[in-house]
Amino acid sequence: KDSRVDDTSAGRLDGKMREKTLTMDTLNPQVKAVEYAVRGPIVLKAGEIERYLEEGGTKPFSEVIKANIGDAHAMGQQPITFLRQVVALCTFPELMDSPSFPEDAKWRARRILQGCGGHSLGSYSASPGVECIRKDIAAYIEQRDEGVPSDWENIYLTTGASDGIMTILRLLVSGKDSSRTGVMIPIPQYPLYSAAISEMDAVQVNYYLDEDNCWALDINELHRAYQAAKQHCQPRVICIINPGNPTGQVQSKKCIEEVLHFAYEENLFVMSDEVYQDNVYAPDCQFHSFKKVLYEMGPEYFSSVELVSFHSTSKGYTGECGFRGGYMEVINMDPEVKAQLVKLLSVRLCPPLAGQAAMDVIVNPPQPEEHTFKQFHQEKSSVLGALAEKAKLTEQILNAVPGIKCNPVQGAMYAFPRIFIPPKAVEEAKALGMQPDMLYCLRLLEETGICVVPGSGFGQKDRTYHFRMTILPSIEKLNVLLGKVRDFHISFLKEYSGLE
Amino acid sequence: MSQHTKRSVCARNRTVFLSFFTSNTPLCPTASSTRTASALPLRGKVLTVDTMNANVKKVDYAVRGPIVQRAVQIEKELKEGVKKPFEEVIKANIGDAHAMGQRPITFFRQVIALCTYPQLLDDNKFPEDAKNRARRILQSCGGNSIGAYTTSQGIDCVRHDVASYIQRRDGGIPSDPDNIYLTTGASDGIVTILKLLTAGEGRTRTGVMISIPQYPLYSASIAELGAVQINYYLNEEKCWSLDISELQRSLHAAREHCNPRVLCIINPGNPTGQVQSRQCIEDVIRFAAKENLFLMADEVYQDNVYAEGCEFHSFKKVLFEMGPEYSSKVELASFHSTSKCYMGECGFRGGYMEVINMDPEVKAQLTKLVSVRLCPPAPGQALMDLVVNSPQPGEPSYQTFMKERTAVLSALAEKAKLTEEILNTVPGISCNPVQGAMYSFPRITLPERAINEAKAKGQAPDMFYCMKLLEESGICLVPGSGFGQREGTYHFRMTILPPTDKLKIMLNKLKEFHQKFTQQYS
Repeated sequence: KDSRVDDTSAGRLDGKMREKTLTMDTLNPQVKAVEYAVRGPIVLKAGEIERYLEEGGTKPFSEVIKANIGDAHAMGQQPITFLRQVVALCTFPELMDSPSFPEDAKWRARRILQGCGGHSLGSYSASPGVECIRKDIAAYIEQRDEGVPSDWENIYLTTGASDGIMTILRLLVSGKDSSRTGVMIPIPQYPLYSAAISEMDAVQVNYYLDEDNCWALDINELHRAYQAAKQHCQPRVICIINPGNPTGQVQSKKCIEEVLHFAYEENLFVMSDEVYQDNVYAPDCQFHSFKKVLYEMGPEYFSSVELVSFHSTSKGYTGECGFRGGYMEVINMDPEVKAQLVKLLSVRLCPPLAGQAAMDVIVNPPQPEEHTFKQFHQEKSSVLGALAEKAKLTEQILNAVPGIKCNPVQGAMYAFPRIFIPPKAVEEAKALGMQPDMLYCLRLLEETGICVVPGSGFGQKDRTYHFRMTILPSIEKLNVLLGKVRDFHISFLKEYSGLE
Repeated sequence: MSQHTKRSVCARNRTVFLSFFTSNTPLCPTASSTRTASALPLRGKVLTVDTMNANVKKVDYAVRGPIVQRAVQIEKELKEGVKKPFEEVIKANIGDAHAMGQRPITFFRQVIALCTYPQLLDDNKFPEDAKNRARRILQSCGGNSIGAYTTSQGIDCVRHDVASYIQRRDGGIPSDPDNIYLTTGASDGIVTILKLLTAGEGRTRTGVMISIPQYPLYSASIAELGAVQINYYLNEEKCWSLDISELQRSLHAAREHCNPRVLCIINPGNPTGQVQSRQCIEDVIRFAAKENLFLMADEVYQDNVYAEGCEFHSFKKVLFEMGPEYSSKVELASFHSTSKCYMGECGFRGGYMEVINMDPEVKAQLTKLVSVRLCPPAPGQALMDLVVNSPQPGEPSYQTFMKERTAVLSALAEKAKLTEEILNTVPGISCNPVQGAMYSFPRITLPERAINEAKAKGQAPDMFYCMKLLEESGICLVPGSGFGQREGTYHFRMTILPPTDKLKIMLNKLKEFHQKFTQQYS
């Protein structure tokens, strides 16, 4: 039945029985398929409860603690003073005359503005971003990777890392039916990937991280996933998040090598999401950039594996989510495709200039010989130190709860503990038509005001349950939160254990 | 050719290739780079123009297309000391006011600076009204910081302010903040709505009606989404006005091969600059209602109205003044931006859309879709707040604000008139009045020989013209073919943004060039 023809003819007849043009039936089915748990149903519910509390309603708690999203400032983390000084100077250059701004900040601001049309942050930049910022990023990458060369023309500024990730996926998605692009993603994953795959109608190819091994990547599992996927799609790309989200694992260098070798063998385009590269806490872990490892594997790999790496202003120690800053470095991309990429970016003109400026400060921070270094270093260490502390605290407290098992939070900003959900609760959830961990999280929210995201929103092995919480609330609040989670979990177990 | 076949072809070539390996020239067209003789298999790239998303290949965006790339190259050559018949490239291709020397509104930058670095709230050089607005915005941000993600729909108080603004602008017609979505520039909102609307297959594939000439974001998005572009021609003889009969014609023709579901209109127009009459807007609404079309009204130039007798009428206002029969039914999305008008804050990527009569379930889907990208940039949201909540009479910043605003808009009006006048003195150029927006889109007569030479080169004749103009005078414009035009007609789009003196120089150079070109090819 072509309801659209009926709509139109009804519309043409008398205007009385007209249905809307845009309904759930006529909506883009790919949009319908999109899910994004991080701001999904549980967060909507949390918002409702917040409004209820605001209007004077009573709950067993006085505030909602939003531990669902990697938004550091929202949880009280302070911005890096120097970064805000530079961006303020760029925004209102009259401040260049103010003695309360350090010279280090002023020269950076001047440099950025010189790279802007009409010396204004209000001009569109070139679509790949302001040239001097791209150059600064390349220099930063070279320094970070101990000399591995970085070409500024391979750097593209983006509107947050999400923008870059989606753009690259858009390029890659092609083919039909069994030749449709398959995108390999870790399970658990950050649901931007699954959402993008749904929207673009690509094929999601899951490879499971090894929970028993600190969420490490298992090369055998990659092989398994790839072989299985080849039956029904054309796997073309592998996405890795390192440090991981939601899992927080920091992959070993060997692991990264294995992935790159796998990509080389199976002709896969590699997307490495490295937005948490500055968030490494475990003393026995280290961030290894995919690019550097690729280089160290020798010219055959380094000159052929197609790799795009992503970074962002939203995480790290700056937590500047609202600026929507990010970049991607594109390695070994076919030059004709690169031209297509530039063309695609040009339609949206350019990423926000304030975000580009923020990114410039991140890759060009105060140096030891500069006056502003002391305060900058202090602030940075304080933020990262607090995160490391909270990562450990979270792991410890959760592991002391019977029925909760939490892998070490090696990096990133989240804990993704495994929770035991009694069979009776699983049944109740199914009867309600919801995932068991969603039931759990909703109950947690209603009883304690704590908002976390059910593991089903990220993916997990069948019949395992998890939730993702951030480690971002202040230490005091985090302690309270973890205590409440513990109490809730114990009482939840009791309630559903079958003991009447 | 499948990737597998390519690789075996390459493997067969390997013995020949190996003898060349030291010269670094790959023989296999898909080989990526140098090979060692260590017998590793030749690799084709995963991502080539053959394996990439076919829809992306169809995308074109002339505003930053080949002619602009050439202009940038020429700028580099000038910097390196290469001699040209001109000293600088004048980029009149893009609606970027600040790049052409327009100044930002002081008050806006003060508030954003205060939001960015709240320590400035203690600085007595900042006026109190700026501080109040900054405090209000920050209070509505997570952790009182513009570094926090905002809600996906946008900062609450900003959406409220946008709704109040719309209500005031539209003579009291209510606007619900819940229908307001802040966006990353208007482009973001436009693409999002088109995404929602694109469905069906083959004959039921969504058709999108768009004016010709149009702003090529629309054609680019339609191409990428794989929707069907339905052209309706604006009437050049009548100042680029909209003809309902033309809408009818185009719709009925389109129904043969697709499912027309949306009608896009840009008012004031880009590239054409026309400001549609109220009657015209009513007719369009009636047409959309009758034909069950979702209306998308791109109103980013709503403050850029220059011509006497022209006035901006918002689609929303007209819709509601037409009574409940229309106002309760017609699905409408209106778009605005911080990039144009008197602000010219392109780099902030600020914008909003107001959605009217959207199905509530679809609205939930819209909210879900925008949540995946988290939120639009907070500084851009803050800026939009100031646009809709600008200094009021009695406030300390009011006078300066009005002075600056008036200066920008009157300069634009002057340049609009100047451009029309000068271009109309050129034989072979005919320029409709620039009633609004930021561009002129004059019709150019090209000699037959030039047209033939262009075609022989595989170039659109107006691209050929614009390229020559660029090479000979350093002026960068965008050929009309980048926006669409009636078959056999040629145009270019130039902005009216350069400062008045530069604009005069530019227009005179254009005049000279056109006369020379006409002579050369007759």
